[in-house]
Amino acid sequence: MPQAADPRMREKFDVAIIGAGVVGCAAARKFALAGAKVILIEKGADILSGASKANSAILHTGFDAPPGSLELDLVRAGRQEYLDIRKSLSLRLVETGALVCAWNGLEADKLEDIAAQGRENGIDELRLLPGAAARETMPGLSQRLVAALEVSGEHVIDPWTAPLAYLTQAVALGAVFLRSAELLQGRFDGHWRLETSTGIVEADCVVNAAGLFGDVVDERLGFAAEFTIKPRKGQFVVLDKAAFRHVPRIVLPVPTEITKGIVVCPTAFGNVLVGPTAEEQEDRLRATVEKETLEALLKRGAEIVPALAGMPVTAVYAGLRPATEKKDYRIFARAEQRAITLGGIRSTGLSAALGLAQHAVKLHGGFGQAFTAPPAPGLTMPNLTETCERDWQRPEHGEIVCHCELVTRREIEAALQSPVPPGDFGGLRRRTRAGMGRCQGFYCNARLAEMTRGRLATPLAVEAGEKP
Amino acid sequence: MSRVDADVIVIGGGPAGVAAAVEIRRRGAASVILLDREPHLGGATRHCSHSPFGMREFGRVYFGAAYGRRLEQEAAKAGVDVRTGHSVVRLGADGSVDVTSHRGVERLSARRILLGTGAREMPRSARLISGERPIGVVTTGALQAYIAFHGLMPFRRPVVVGSELVSLSAVLTCLSHGARPAAVLEPGPQPLARPPLTLFPKLMGIPFHCGAEIVDIRGRGRVESVAVRRNGQLETLDCDGVLLTGRFTPEAALFLQSPFGVDAGSAGPAVDQQGRSADPLCFAGGNVLRAVETGGWAFREGRAIGAVISEDLRRDPAGGESVPVGFDDPVKLAVPSLLRRADGRVAFREFQLRFLRRARGQLSLELDGREVWRKRGEWLPERRILVPLPAEALQARQVYFRFREDG
Repeated sequence: MPQAADPRMREKFDVAIIGAGVVGCAAARKFALAGAKVILIEKGADILSGASKANSAILHTGFDAPPGSLELDLVRAGRQEYLDIRKSLSLRLVETGALVCAWNGLEADKLEDIAAQGRENGIDELRLLPGAAARETMPGLSQRLVAALEVSGEHVIDPWTAPLAYLTQAVALGAVFLRSAELLQGRFDGHWRLETSTGIVEADCVVNAAGLFGDVVDERLGFAAEFTIKPRKGQFVVLDKAAFRHVPRIVLPVPTEITKGIVVCPTAFGNVLVGPTAEEQEDRLRATVEKETLEALLKRGAEIVPALAGMPVTAVYAGLRPATEKKDYRIFARAEQRAITLGGIRSTGLSAALGLAQHAVKLHGGFGQAFTAPPAPGLTMPNLTETCERDWQRPEHGEIVCHCELVTRREIEAALQSPVPPGDFGGLRRRTRAGMGRCQGFYCNARLAEMTRGRLATPLAVEAGEKP
Repeated sequence: MSRVDADVIVIGGGPAGVAAAVEIRRRGAASVILLDREPHLGGATRHCSHSPFGMREFGRVYFGAAYGRRLEQEAAKAGVDVRTGHSVVRLGADGSVDVTSHRGVERLSARRILLGTGAREMPRSARLISGERPIGVVTTGALQAYIAFHGLMPFRRPVVVGSELVSLSAVLTCLSHGARPAAVLEPGPQPLARPPLTLFPKLMGIPFHCGAEIVDIRGRGRVESVAVRRNGQLETLDCDGVLLTGRFTPEAALFLQSPFGVDAGSAGPAVDQQGRSADPLCFAGGNVLRAVETGGWAFREGRAIGAVISEDLRRDPAGGESVPVGFDDPVKLAVPSLLRRADGRVAFREFQLRFLRRARGQLSLELDGREVWRKRGEWLPERRILVPLPAEALQARQVYFRFREDG
């Protein structure tokens, strides 16, 4: 049995949350705000190590969610809370709006239904536009556009700073973030005894937010399988910032049963994203990009916005969505064992996370354990978006370390010294954008290797003694 | 024109930028500001430890940072106002640039701007290489910076991709710093560098395969292996890194993000025979025009454009209509890519061409449909091809490189 190396683990917690994706981070915040003593247990070296690291960064309205579904309720609640708290947590919002684009008569016919469903879902800011009128709001769109449904409430956010802010606020309230700790087994005998790869954690209640391993964690907690995760891979291409002026809005396709389809959208960082694909696979860890698929995405992007043809590629990535046999979220509360499962959050997790957290706290209310809410601390998170002032625009930033993304030494040092510092290089990139730009580290990778020595789970530089 | 901060602002302190700045000062301009985002001048030469620099321009050979120090001395001697640690973030249309430094953001303006921001290698993402995205996939430039600036190594047993000159230099760099490449792979059918250099990896006992492409990078923390397709067969190579070499591209982001964009062929700013871009106040020279030439070449190009600029300061900037230089398919790029009917000094006495692929046939230059130059031969990618730029070309309404492929 591994010994508790981390003294913070010896406390007894009110709530243990498994998985530091966007949902786990939001839940940690909400329980901490409610007054619970929280521990967030993460298998990876950093937050957002699984499904949450790769998404399209859209804050959805829920206009196309299944009517009457829990997903719809939670997307709407999550979005609303995001808008409510964004000032006090300095969360960013790039108000782009979206166009659901119909490229033929058949798709155009469906727009009416989508609009009707949107209104049924309580989203009123919808406008059906003929192709020419839609193109007036975004001249870069191909002339082949037949019609579009404008959804003005769909926006773009920074998908990494938001969950980091949730957890940072939780940590400010005393929550413990335990990294590189895989849940091996949990036993309930009046309270939970959770065996992790770094020691035992004791808690009154457990929340499973394990994403791609949601079913596995339920099993390790001793529950009968209620669902099976069926990973669905999405590949993305990120285009150079020069593409941004052609794509001021989110361009959505007319969705199918399986997926929202290929989206062309601006990012909060001033790039343009094309993706995702929807590819079923067994493997829950391996998220590969594939040349042929990336080429197809580039081609599709240029069909939708012709000026994207030949635009340089800045980055490519792939993520796995934790889909299950069913479309809706798989949420279970087991009062007698004081356990909540937030499972199958397949594609709207970023938008719904805060709603899911509210829901989890509400479910927990049924377990008969009350807390006293402390005052909520405000936060100032670093701004990485192009729509607000960046650090490089201010004096005494030290130096520009990453030239493509204009990341300063002061920003990198601040991230390394923050309350939830990066655990791996991906975490540093997501916190600062260093190395995320068009040269992908040609200029800054070595400097970052130097600055992060001894700080990251997989160091950038190999040690001198290592043999070839 | 409103008050300016200098006669000329040069962006980029590599060989081209320094040569131009020094030339402009020597020819009498009162003030030249040279901006570089790094702490020292030299550009890419600072971390190139194997290539000799300086023979033609300074009559002696320098390696690595020593060449940059010589450039610093030259700039100081010529009275150039050198500002390192200054990153230009935006080109304005009116001869202004937005700069960030320890002072924050400021706008500087000049009567002329010269862009000499050089070139870099294409990263893994832009090459669309398949696989996972672990730590340890770097370019030669990054590897050299690990070694030259920080005394670090990003891997011990990389697979090296590419067979340009820089690729072989990268192998040498690995071997002299405790890393042993697992293999050298060239996706194309033939090596891009000339023998006997291409024999070097084999001499060192490192497998060297052409027609070999990485189809999967594996590893979640650090690179663990790559899957390679060669002769229709898949094989797995154990390694702890992937070193991507060559495939240089201009570092032309400032132009790419400006209303002028970049030339489709070279991916650098389009310039005319004087080195002047679509913006009549803005010139460009060196490897930002085309990837990639030697440091000495960039130096001479910078000096020639510097001479043009110093003459241009005495007159109104000559904008005016330009004629694009057209070309047939296997030609990748032409520099200059525009010609203007303009008086005065010319910076380019030759067109520089590159081919996309190996091709045998006749290359010819046509002015208004009339052939004025031709040459038959085998044309190779990534090789310098020079075609004399005749004075009459500046009067032509149509300038075109035709290629008739054999067979």
